Amino acid sequence: MARIDLNHIRHAYVPNPKSDKDYALKEVHHSWEDGGAYALLGPSGCGKTTLLNIISGLIHPSHGQLLFDGQDVTNLSTQERNIAQVFQFPVIYDTMTVYDNLAFPLRNRGVPEAEIDRKVRETLEMIDLGSWAKKKARGLTADQKQKISLGRGLVRSDVNAILFDEPLTVIDPHMKWVLRSQLKQLHQRFGYTMVYVTHDQTEALTFAQKVVVMYDGEIVQIGTPEELFERPKHTFVGYFIGSPGMNVMPVQLSGGMAQVGRHQIQLPSPSMPAVSGKVELGIRPEYVRLGRLGMPVKIAKVEDIGRLKIVRTRLEDQEIAVIVGEGQEIPTDPHIAFDPKGINIYADSWRVGGL
Amino acid sequence: MEKTWNNKAWFMVLPVLLLVAFSAVIPLMTVVNYSVQDTFGNNQFFWAGTEWFEEILHSERFHSALGRNLVFSFIILAIEVPLGIVIALNMPRKGWGVPVCLVLMALPLLIPWNVVGTIWQVFGRVDIGLLGHTLEQLGINYNYVQNPMHAWFTVIIMDVWHWTSLVVLLCYAGLVSIPDAFYQAAKIDGASRWAVFRYIQLPKMNRVLLIAVLLRFMDSFMIYTEPFVVTGGGPGNSTTFLSIDLVKIAIGQFDLGPAAAMSIIYFLIILLLSWVFYTVMTNYDAER
Ligand SMILES: Nc1ncnc2c1ncn2[C@@H]1O[C@H](COP(=O)(O)OP(=O)(O)OP(=O)(O)O)[C@@H](O)[C@H]1O
Ligand SMILES: [Mg+2]
Repeated sequence: MARIDLNHIRHAYVPNPKSDKDYALKEVHHSWEDGGAYALLGPSGCGKTTLLNIISGLIHPSHGQLLFDGQDVTNLSTQERNIAQVFQFPVIYDTMTVYDNLAFPLRNRGVPEAEIDRKVRETLEMIDLGSWAKKKARGLTADQKQKISLGRGLVRSDVNAILFDEPLTVIDPHMKWVLRSQLKQLHQRFGYTMVYVTHDQTEALTFAQKVVVMYDGEIVQIGTPEELFERPKHTFVGYFIGSPGMNVMPVQLSGGMAQVGRHQIQLPSPSMPAVSGKVELGIRPEYVRLGRLGMPVKIAKVEDIGRLKIVRTRLEDQEIAVIVGEGQEIPTDPHIAFDPKGINIYADSWRVGGL
Repeated sequence: MEKTWNNKAWFMVLPVLLLVAFSAVIPLMTVVNYSVQDTFGNNQFFWAGTEWFEEILHSERFHSALGRNLVFSFIILAIEVPLGIVIALNMPRKGWGVPVCLVLMALPLLIPWNVVGTIWQVFGRVDIGLLGHTLEQLGINYNYVQNPMHAWFTVIIMDVWHWTSLVVLLCYAGLVSIPDAFYQAAKIDGASRWAVFRYIQLPKMNRVLLIAVLLRFMDSFMIYTEPFVVTGGGPGNSTTFLSIDLVKIAIGQFDLGPAAAMSIIYFLIILLLSWVFYTVMTNYDAER
């Protein structure tokens, strides 16, 4: 296990990058604590796989430095870095049996056969393929292949870190849940440093202690699930985390008040730092109160999602989603009010501190 | 709707059947016809039964030509297949090197066979040929016209030069179909160069290798033009392969009966050996 520092890492796939646009990773400066369980969350194409490949050494970054426990490993090979990685698309060795597939990384490292046998059987149990050990890997189904791929990542016990790149995409929901809790257990037992890439926010929020949100080649926020929910640092995090995402609307600020259209909204703290650029107010649907007080709105749509209802309202030409309890009645003359503790102010998409 | 069941569809394949009949079956049957009769010209034929077949099968001459041909096929397979794999593995996967290599590889395949023969015939000459002259200068008394070993050496080198690229191109096609993720996974798993070859590249090349071996075997077993141009089957009979011998009998000696019998035996041997190769390799494939 190791602490991993990414020191001003930038990466471009094109040979002579000129502008920021040419970089798949714009600038990543961040530490993964020893034994931390991180989820890496972000939209397609934001550079998640690129980042993992840089950590494991499959890609050499264009700029920057990579440290494992303080030692520079930027120029070490994948093998020397001793990292396990599970790929987005399952890779299996067709001609080998399921057992040999799992034993392969150990055999390549000259682990004694008895130790191999113990580890492989343990891992086979974990991924629920114990009875398939002797079968050729060729004829297996997609989810079995993905399990083998996952198993090969878990079979080595001495790795510096385990990187998962959306390892459970084709696995059915129940098995997904089982495997995820097993990964969690493994983490608690052995204290691996784990980075888990996913598109799926519930997966990220249940797996990880810390969630890292990436957007367009940058890390926009690192925090606990609560922090991401309550205080999104970037409007993207607000949209991306939560369902439905945060309501974001353009506002004008003046003396402790925010103006949305014709309406004035009291900010939680009167001492606002000076802001410039595009100013927006963000509030999660959970913090918008629907009732007879506040700003008059029109109801566009009501969606029933079980215990809760999502009410899509319109405040002038601004759409605002509201979450209300299932039993709550929707007034005929609806008004909304913002709970001050849920209000965040953004300048050029980045959160303005101090609120 | 009621479906009509009849055999009218057969009329649709009739043109193809006719074409095949004229191009393959009828000529083949003529050969069969010759192989069971004796003729002394004047279009007079006498029934000979299996006489020619027995004669060919027991003839020393046929045995030694067959032996030479088997040795030849074995040697060129043993050289061309591993060499082709090694070259394919070392060819670039991207960049400007790819088209350059592909064209260089395809070049020998585009040259007509008798031209290949002529090139090597000249190439090996001691007085003006680059190869022959160089060997001479190095103090090797190289002479493919008189020394059987040298004749064999020349014919084999020529075939390797001519046909290794076929194996290379087939293997290369197999190799480029391997997604990058496999190589990445192999790196993560700490696989050695040999393990990558054995467990990733070879399984992907399996299919095309089977085709390459079959093609090279059949082709080398039927080889005629190039050795005929270079050595004319000599010195003595040392490079007289089956097809050269066949032509000698049929056209040189005008023994149509034995030549026809030999053609049929020849054809059956190729069929049999190809079937053996195919079965062995596909079984091996299925087993793994
Ligand atoms: N081998 C490559 N060559 C050139 N560009 C690449 C390569 N791999 C990725 N890119 C580009 O780099 C950017 C980041 O890609 P990356 O694969 O890291 O995204 P990702 O976050 O993993 O996306 P996804 O969720 O779809 O897997 C993308 O714009 C992609 O087009
Ligand atoms: Mg990816």
